[in-house]
Amino acid sequence: MNALKTAWEEFIGLFIDDGSLAVGIIVWVAVAGFLFPRLPRSEQWGAPLLFVGLALILVESILRRARKT
Amino acid sequence: MNWTHAGPTIVAAFLAAFVEFVEALTIVLAVGIVRGWRSALIGVFSGVAFLTVLVLIFGPALQLVPIHKLQLILGVLLLLFGLRWLRKAALRAAGILKLHDEAAEFEKETKALKAFGLPSSGTLDMVAVATSFKAVTVEGLEVVFIVIATGAVRKMLPAAALGATAAGLLVIFLGLMLHRPLARVPENTLKFCVGVLLSAFGTFWTGEGLGLSWPGEDLSLLWLTAAFLAVGLASIPLARRKPDLNIEAKEAQ
Repeated sequence: MNALKTAWEEFIGLFIDDGSLAVGIIVWVAVAGFLFPRLPRSEQWGAPLLFVGLALILVESILRRARKT
Repeated sequence: MNWTHAGPTIVAAFLAAFVEFVEALTIVLAVGIVRGWRSALIGVFSGVAFLTVLVLIFGPALQLVPIHKLQLILGVLLLLFGLRWLRKAALRAAGILKLHDEAAEFEKETKALKAFGLPSSGTLDMVAVATSFKAVTVEGLEVVFIVIATGAVRKMLPAAALGATAAGLLVIFLGLMLHRPLARVPENTLKFCVGVLLSAFGTFWTGEGLGLSWPGEDLSLLWLTAAFLAVGLASIPLARRKPDLNIEAKEAQ
């Protein structure tokens, strides 16, 4: 049972390190999925805005970790 | 073959697999030197067989998932994986986190393996088998994920597998030639590049899965890669500065 638990934790660890980063990514993707199509002319700016949001989430996560040292 | 996709797919799979295989090689070398090569290699081949079964099951099974759902699921997983790698690589480059040291890992693993008693001659050394098996499967699982995630959506599994296989063969060749951990590999630089590529792939597939239109369509992969590279590089000096926003706000008042 311990081996299964360790294997599961290793598997999850591949994707989630900083919980806030993971949550931020998932929330932003959900916002893009539900909100963008309802806004005007989203076919022009929706995809680039997805990138911009992810880039900001990444930079925020890096700077937040840097401030802890 | 669409080279806009195949090129980055092969490169991403090669670089990611190279980094992971180097880490596995460090442990397998320690096991082989301290505990014996027969048991170490049995563990290695068992791990490879296990991973091959995973690829043979999950690779074709993913083809049954509707394309937009597949793009979204794999896209988000690639984002979680790629941005995590990019974040850590940037923090290491900024000196916030320690760089991974293969030579130190080798010493640590060697010491740990020596603590266990050796079995009588002729019997299988289960400590060696288990340690090699675990190293190959843990590191190999990341390679399998990257091969499947980058290759499954546009039927690029052969391209991704080619990149990973080439990396594996190179690491084995270097290991046989040098008989020591590949400590001089610029691991953090490679992880940074893999993080950039996988983040670009993940963003592109997520957008496609959500039904968003990418300007230039597949060519967007190129500018996404350049953009994540720029963001990653820019974040390094920013992280080194470590601004304390509270102090700056008080000084401004």
